[in-house]
Amino acid sequence: MAATVRIPTVLRPAMGGLTTVSVEGSTIGDVLLELTTTYPAIQGQLLNQDGTLHRFLNVYVNDDDVRYIGGVDAPIADNDEITLLPAVAGGAA
Amino acid sequence: MARVESVLDLVGSTPVVDVSALSPRANVTILAKLEGRNPAGSVKDRVAVSLIRAAERDGRLVPGRPGQIVMEPSSGNTGIALAMVCRLRGYDLKVVMPTNVSPERRQLLLAWGAEIIDSPGTEGSNGAVRLAQSIAAEHPEWVFLYQYANPANPLAHYETTGPEILADVPEVTHFVAGLGTSGTLMGVGRYLKEHKPGVQIWAVEPPSGEIVDGLRSLDDGYIPPIFIDNQGVDLLDRKVVVRPRESIEWTRAMTQVGLFVGISSGAIMAGAVKCALTIPEDQAATIVTIVCDDGWKYLSTGAWSDDIDDVVERAKRIIYF
Repeated sequence: MAATVRIPTVLRPAMGGLTTVSVEGSTIGDVLLELTTTYPAIQGQLLNQDGTLHRFLNVYVNDDDVRYIGGVDAPIADNDEITLLPAVAGGAA
Repeated sequence: MARVESVLDLVGSTPVVDVSALSPRANVTILAKLEGRNPAGSVKDRVAVSLIRAAERDGRLVPGRPGQIVMEPSSGNTGIALAMVCRLRGYDLKVVMPTNVSPERRQLLLAWGAEIIDSPGTEGSNGAVRLAQSIAAEHPEWVFLYQYANPANPLAHYETTGPEILADVPEVTHFVAGLGTSGTLMGVGRYLKEHKPGVQIWAVEPPSGEIVDGLRSLDDGYIPPIFIDNQGVDLLDRKVVVRPRESIEWTRAMTQVGLFVGISSGAIMAGAVKCALTIPEDQAATIVTIVCDDGWKYLSTGAWSDDIDDVVERAKRIIYF
């Protein structure tokens, strides 16, 4: 399965300035692991050592936060769009 | 309620209106709670009253004592609501605010007599929170309310917004609101789950993380302490991100049901529609959503009148949500 991953501004310098990358994987965990293998400079920025999501990283599959749809085990289908967003203080506060 | 003693008595008890004409499913009713009807114009009036009353209860603020200073980071509505309440209660207010908010918000703060302390626009609300924390450390004599960590924020919604929703819409099956400080979702969510188990709580998040370039790494991220204190991950059933384009489209669509709403309310409506689309066609559902404020403060953004591509492009630089 090939999914498109949208890269947030904060991670782009460590990923050659790319805004999107295409990654193979059948779960979110696969995709994030593949990204850190290809771009070692983001090691520790996506996944913790125990394989769970970094607490300040929000991962969306087609706009759905994966923490509520299976976490790193959330399945990926072909052509899914994955968005990585840092957790920041809220908008209209 | 035709005659009241104080403007503060007009906070809350807002109406709910059926906006199902915009529902993508005939079996799904969508109801919007109109928080723009609050006297300072937003849902944050409830929070401001609750924060100030809590500070007065615990003696951090004393009504009638001169020279008391309240300080708070806000991208808009909390600051405006606090400015109104502080003026009535006799406190001086300083609001730490990113430079790139819509100009109406700054004007409203000045109208209510608040002082604005600028934080870097590129750092978004994160930057305002950080600056407010460092100022609070330098000025321990100022009262730092800190809505992101203050239990009086979700309590306002647990004690007022939640009960109002259940009283007016006992058949509610889903509640959809914006994340922000998470106060609305934590307070209403906890109240509804306690009193009507099975209600689904959906959070809508604008993709503000995409435009905040003040972050050096993900480790500079921020989760509101009240979200952690209320076990937010467990309390929410679903969280969806809504893009600027969808937010503007739904802000415009709300005029079809007679509602002129702020852009975060358009984003929340977009989330409510995503929620409706998950409901099987043989099931009835009633979604309650929040209209946080009306559109007046956002007229300068051109959200209703300009080419949508231009508005979306501008949304990357100006905090509309």
